[in-house]
Amino acid sequence: MKINKELCDVCGTCVAVCPADAIIISEFEVNIDDEKCIRCMNCVTVCPIKAISEVEK
Amino acid sequence: MIRDKYDVVVIGAGPAGSVAARFAAQNGASVLILERDREAGIPVRCAEGVSHAGIIPFIDLDERWIATKIEIAKLHAPNGEMAEMYNNGTGYVLERRIFDTALCDLAVEKGADFITKADALDLVWEDGKICGVKYKYMSEIKTVKCDIVIGADGVESRVGRWAGIDTKVRLEDIDTCVQYTLSGIEVDENACDFFFGNEVSPGGYIWIFPKSRTTANVGIGIAGHLAKEKGPKEYLDEFVEKHFPNANINYTVYGGVPTAATLKEIVKDNIMLVGDAARQVNPITGGGIVQAMIASQIAGEVAAEAVKEKKFDAKFLKKYPKLWDKKLGKTQKITFELKEKFMTMTDERFNNIVAFCQKIPRDQFSLKTLFTEAVKGDPKLMLDVAKSFIVSKLK
Repeated sequence: MKINKELCDVCGTCVAVCPADAIIISEFEVNIDDEKCIRCMNCVTVCPIKAISEVEK
Repeated sequence: MIRDKYDVVVIGAGPAGSVAARFAAQNGASVLILERDREAGIPVRCAEGVSHAGIIPFIDLDERWIATKIEIAKLHAPNGEMAEMYNNGTGYVLERRIFDTALCDLAVEKGADFITKADALDLVWEDGKICGVKYKYMSEIKTVKCDIVIGADGVESRVGRWAGIDTKVRLEDIDTCVQYTLSGIEVDENACDFFFGNEVSPGGYIWIFPKSRTTANVGIGIAGHLAKEKGPKEYLDEFVEKHFPNANINYTVYGGVPTAATLKEIVKDNIMLVGDAARQVNPITGGGIVQAMIASQIAGEVAAEAVKEKKFDAKFLKKYPKLWDKKLGKTQKITFELKEKFMTMTDERFNNIVAFCQKIPRDQFSLKTLFTEAVKGDPKLMLDVAKSFIVSKLK
């Protein structure tokens, strides 16, 4: 998964819906742990600004 | 001077964290509040509407943080019809940045220590028990010891996850939101507007909360599972283009509002969750400030009691969820069931409800009449609505 950091507002909405605990917020930045990610697309769907997209692993 | 050890460490200085810290400190606990940002109250991720009755138990009114005083709620049906509600008591649109700081100041007055730019990184464990918090202050990694951690870290609820609490919400139970603060517009500064409809805002609503006669928070929340094809920003942009084509956007913010019931587990040994982190939000309105303060007062008082008794296990801390349930948690559960019903409502049904509301005499029209009409034909929900207004008024 890829986060467009220029769009991301670090609002934390994606973290709340991640079933795999794969999204980490730190230092005002959001990152997705590709190892943990189960590609359920919850974060892609819920992101208010659609800053998250799927990329090949 | 920040010490190495406190009775209670609160993570997050929003209304939940500040109120929890105040009531823990006031009742004798030593308390440290860690805030990631440079001050309490920023960034404002909120429509900023509250009821007078809801906030008055927690803070004396101060015009510094009141933008406008609200007396009317205008409900707009999908077909353009509108019903005005005058009967739900006074409300305010806040200046959250100032309001949050004022709440935090009250905690500090009662003896809590408060540091900003302090980003919690993890919990510290010893023999399988939580015994502190690791955080980054400026660029330095630090550790503070404590007996109780209170997670007031908002919708992302990292603290809950670190403690092994299941904080996940379903897509159906989170509203994905965008809000603009518009200027150069004309609005009724004593009225809040709500727009419903599956074309306007599926599974949620659009709000106009005035901050003055010429500025307003105009935002949208749509149910997470209905945001697959089209996101909230697209819906909001369409709305703004239609209703405020000449407005200037002064502020843009994104966020998520949990519209679930309270988490099943909000305490564990040495840990408590409050506010958005515990999903203590009105699932229909998405309002969370008052809920968070009510829960946090209880949590703060129970934490102080735990310190006095030196009992920090889940068994003792469970007093907090028990009291929360009694005070508002049960009502929230009923409201959640109502929300599930509303989410599947057709536009026609919304139109009919607003048409019905238009016919009610002004002095008799309240939220209760609205909800009673909305659940007509569903005996279980009708009973639930009646009960929820007996147990405690919907906030």
